[in-house]
Amino acid sequence: MTMASMARKYEPRKVTPKEERQATSAMIASLAAEGYDTVAAPFGQALVEAAKADDRIVGLTADLGKYTDLHILGNEMPDRFYQMGMAEQILMSAAAGMAREGFIPFATTYAVFASRRAYDFIAMAIAEENLPVKICCALPGLTTGYGPSHQATEDLAIFRGLPNMTIIDPCCADDIMGMVPAMIEHNGPVYSRLLRGKVPSVLTRHKPDYKFELGKAQMIREGKDALVISTGFMTMRALDAAEQLAKDNVDVAVLHCPTIKPLDVEAIVAEASKGGRLVITAENHTKVGGLGEAVAGALLTNGVAPKFRMIGLPDEFLEAGALPTLHDMYGLSVSKVAEQIKGWL
Amino acid sequence: MTVDDRAPARSNVSLARRAWNIRRKALQMGEVQGQGYIGQALGIADVLAASYFHAMDYRADEPEWEGRDRFLLSIGHYAIALYAVLMEAGILPEEELETYGMDDSRMPMSGMASYTPGMEITGGSLGHGLGIAVGMAMGLKRKKNPAFIYNLMSDGELGEGSTWEAAMSGAHHKLDNLICLVDFNDQQADGKSTEMLCSEPLGDKWEAFGWFTQRVNGNDLDAVVAAMDAARNSDHSGPRVIIFDTTMCKGVPFLEQREITHFVRVDADEWGKALDVLEEGKPA
Repeated sequence: MTMASMARKYEPRKVTPKEERQATSAMIASLAAEGYDTVAAPFGQALVEAAKADDRIVGLTADLGKYTDLHILGNEMPDRFYQMGMAEQILMSAAAGMAREGFIPFATTYAVFASRRAYDFIAMAIAEENLPVKICCALPGLTTGYGPSHQATEDLAIFRGLPNMTIIDPCCADDIMGMVPAMIEHNGPVYSRLLRGKVPSVLTRHKPDYKFELGKAQMIREGKDALVISTGFMTMRALDAAEQLAKDNVDVAVLHCPTIKPLDVEAIVAEASKGGRLVITAENHTKVGGLGEAVAGALLTNGVAPKFRMIGLPDEFLEAGALPTLHDMYGLSVSKVAEQIKGWL
Repeated sequence: MTVDDRAPARSNVSLARRAWNIRRKALQMGEVQGQGYIGQALGIADVLAASYFHAMDYRADEPEWEGRDRFLLSIGHYAIALYAVLMEAGILPEEELETYGMDDSRMPMSGMASYTPGMEITGGSLGHGLGIAVGMAMGLKRKKNPAFIYNLMSDGELGEGSTWEAAMSGAHHKLDNLICLVDFNDQQADGKSTEMLCSEPLGDKWEAFGWFTQRVNGNDLDAVVAAMDAARNSDHSGPRVIIFDTTMCKGVPFLEQREITHFVRVDADEWGKALDVLEEGKPA
C-alpha cells in the first residue's frame, strides 16, 4: 500500500546518450573548481601535526576513518586511534568518557549520522558538560549524490540549537588546516564540517594572508553592489561568481563566515550597514535554521534591515544524481549563484 | 589491592548498618519533597553500601582525586539513592539533606554532574552511562591508571540500543577495568520491564557479548559483596557485569507489598510511618 502523501519517483525514464551521461558522485565528492591547487587530506595532516605536539589528542571513528581522513592519524600514530565500529552512539559516548579523563578526542563520522543518529549523546554526554570533544563530519550539506540518507542538509540547524556547541563550516583546505589547532585551543565541544580527500586551497588564493580565526568572519573580497555573507564551500562559489559578475561590471563583496556559532555579529552588522548594498547569504545547507536565518536575526536585532536574500538548499529531501547536476538544480553552482545575484540587483 | 587497603572498608560500621542508613536518608529526602524514586532507592541500598563501603576506593574530602574508582549513575532518576550514599560516605554534608529537590539545591531530582560533588556524570537520558564508562575505562588505560569504573544502570536501560553498542565495545577493547552493575527490579515507567521489552535470558546475553557475568540477589549483602569481589579480582580479560535482582521498596514491608510501580505513591503521612517501620529493623 502506498499512502497518497508518500514520495514516489517511479515514472519510467529515457536513457540519455552515453556522451551526455553524468555519473552519480560517490562518497569522494570532489568540489575542486578549476584554477585551484589542492591539498591531500588537510584534516588528517593537521591532526597528526597537532597530535605530535599534544599527547591529549586521540581520534575515534565509527567505521569512517578512511572517509573522514582520520586514517592518516591511524596510520601514523596507531596508538592514538580508536576504531569504534559502526556505532555512532558509543562513538560519542566514549569520546565523552575520554574527555572526562583529560583527553581531547576527535570523533569522526558523516554529518548525517552525527546530527541525526547520535544527537542525544552529543547533547547530554558532551555538550551539557561542556567537554572538549571535537566532532568532525564529512559529507556536509549537498556533497554527495546518494540522496537524503547521506546528505546532511540540516546539521547546522540541529547543532545551532545546542548550547555550548561551537560550529564551523570550513571553505577549503586553508580553513581546515587552520581550524584544527583552533579547535584544540578552544576548551569546549566543537562540531565541524569536513571536506576530505583532495581539497582545494581557495581562500589564500583570493587573500594571500588569510588565516582561519575561530569566531571571526573575514572580508575576502571588497565590492560596492552586493555583499555575500557565506560559509563553507559556498564562499568558494561566491568568490568564483563574483569574478564572473565583475566581467559584467557587477561588484560583489564576500564576507566569509566559517564559524556559524558563535556568529561574528559585529563584523556582519558592520559590513551589512555599509552603503546600501544588497545583502545575500550563501550556505550549503537548508535555508531553515542555518547561516541565512542566523544573519537575518542578527541584523534585525541590531536595527539593520538591508535588502536581503538567501542562497541555500530548499526545505525538501533532495534528489539523487550527479553532483554538478544537483548543484545546478538547487542553485549552488557558480553560474546559478551569479545568476541569482544578478537577478536580485 | 586487597580489601584492607581501602580506607572506607576499615570502618567498623557494618555494611548492613550502612545500607540501613542509606535507606533512612533516602526516606528522609522523600519526606522533604513528598515524592521521589524511593522504591528504587530502597531496592538498591545494599548494592550502594557494598560499592561505597567495601569495593571502591575514594577520598571523601577529594571527590575528584585522580586515583578514585569512578561510580557512574546512568539512571539519573536514582539520584535520591546516590545522594544518600554520598552523605553516608561524607562526600556531601548531611545538613543539606533537607534541600533535596528544592530550588538552588545541590541535589536536584535527577542526577547531574554539574550540581553535585561525587556525581560523575549527568544521567537521566537513559542508555548513556555505559558508553561514557567505556570511554572513561579507555582513558584510564591510556593513563595507566589502575582505578575501576563502576556504572550503575537499570533493567529498563537494557532496552536502549546504545547499551548494547557499549557492551560490544567494552568487550572489543578488553576493558577489564569496567564493572557494570544492573539493577534488575523488573520495573519501568509503563510496568514490568520483562513485559515491556524482555531482556531475558539476560546473563546469557552479557556472556555472549564477552563479559564476565554474575547474577545475584541484590538484597543479600553477603552475595553482593562476594560478587563485587569476584568482579574486581577475576582474571577475565574483558569487562564485568553483575546483575542484581532487587526488590523495590526493600526494608519497608508495607511499601514492598503495595502494588509496585515505577514511581511508588507514598501518601504524606506514610513517610513517617515508613521511617518508623525502618527503625524497627535497625541493624547493630
